[in-house]
Amino acid sequence: MKARVLVRLKEGILDVQGATVRRALAGLGFPEIRDVRVGKVVELDLEGDSAETGRRRIEEMCAKLLANPVTEDFTVEIVTPR
Amino acid sequence: MKFGVVVFPGTWSDCDFYYVISEVLRQPVKYLWHRESNLSDFDCVILPGGFSYGDYLRAGAIAGRSPVVEALPDFVARGGLVLGSCNGFQILCEAKLLPGALMRNECLQYRCQSTFLRVENTESCFTRAMRPGQVLKMPISHGEGKFFAEHATLQALREKRQIVFRYAAEDGRTTKESNPNGSLDNIAGLVNETGTVLGLMPHPERAAETAMGGTDGLLIFHSLLGSLVEDGTFLKR
Repeated sequence: MKARVLVRLKEGILDVQGATVRRALAGLGFPEIRDVRVGKVVELDLEGDSAETGRRRIEEMCAKLLANPVTEDFTVEIVTPR
Repeated sequence: MKFGVVVFPGTWSDCDFYYVISEVLRQPVKYLWHRESNLSDFDCVILPGGFSYGDYLRAGAIAGRSPVVEALPDFVARGGLVLGSCNGFQILCEAKLLPGALMRNECLQYRCQSTFLRVENTESCFTRAMRPGQVLKMPISHGEGKFFAEHATLQALREKRQIVFRYAAEDGRTTKESNPNGSLDNIAGLVNETGTVLGLMPHPERAAETAMGGTDGLLIFHSLLGSLVEDGTFLKR
């Protein structure tokens, strides 16, 4: 099955990369942008066809490696069940 | 004291630590490949600076899950000492041997410069040869050195006196200007609750010979070893 994990900085944590991207966009003629926050997409292709098992295992992967619980939150989306 | 200097793919300060420990301090030292989990031969394990695993995913994230790092909690429980510098500090936080996390420098610049550090706590075995409030000069070289922790964690670190070094001006004042990366509370180095694991962003191994611009880094090692410093002064507390 294919899954997509989004890893994002926790709300309230200063995102200096996002701030830089916002300034760059403003310089390119997009002043209407209020805020930018930059995260990560991790695309996983794994064996198995139980979305429930897959989601549980991926959440464990996030807790163990893919996201740093001090600074990041994550969401898991099962994209295709097989 | 038997030192082990850990090497991950992408580590670069391993040779500098090895050189200082063997040639300047004249202590037994071996390289420890990251897959090694038997630490019974060592008294102190060093996690050097560098870009382990290319800083992929997050700096220190993958190295923090390697066999040698997974063996560290037991090693520390049995009385072993750990010193992590720069990428080593990042690895210690990723492995939860120290609280908090190191993030991208707030200024977004990679900072390669000298810094002054104020010594906050001289009770750990890494700082007992120093004086409270002493100002040390050590170089930094990092793009992700901004220390961050939740408010409750920061409070606990202050209460338990785990903050050992803060970025400061030459006169010892901790100012915003003296903070090269935006670290909370100007934190440059921390110890664990028992004072046996040290994580710091600066490079003590690059401040260990006069020819390199200073020997303040040696004070950390002399704290561990309890001996004389280069100019003959005995600084053991």
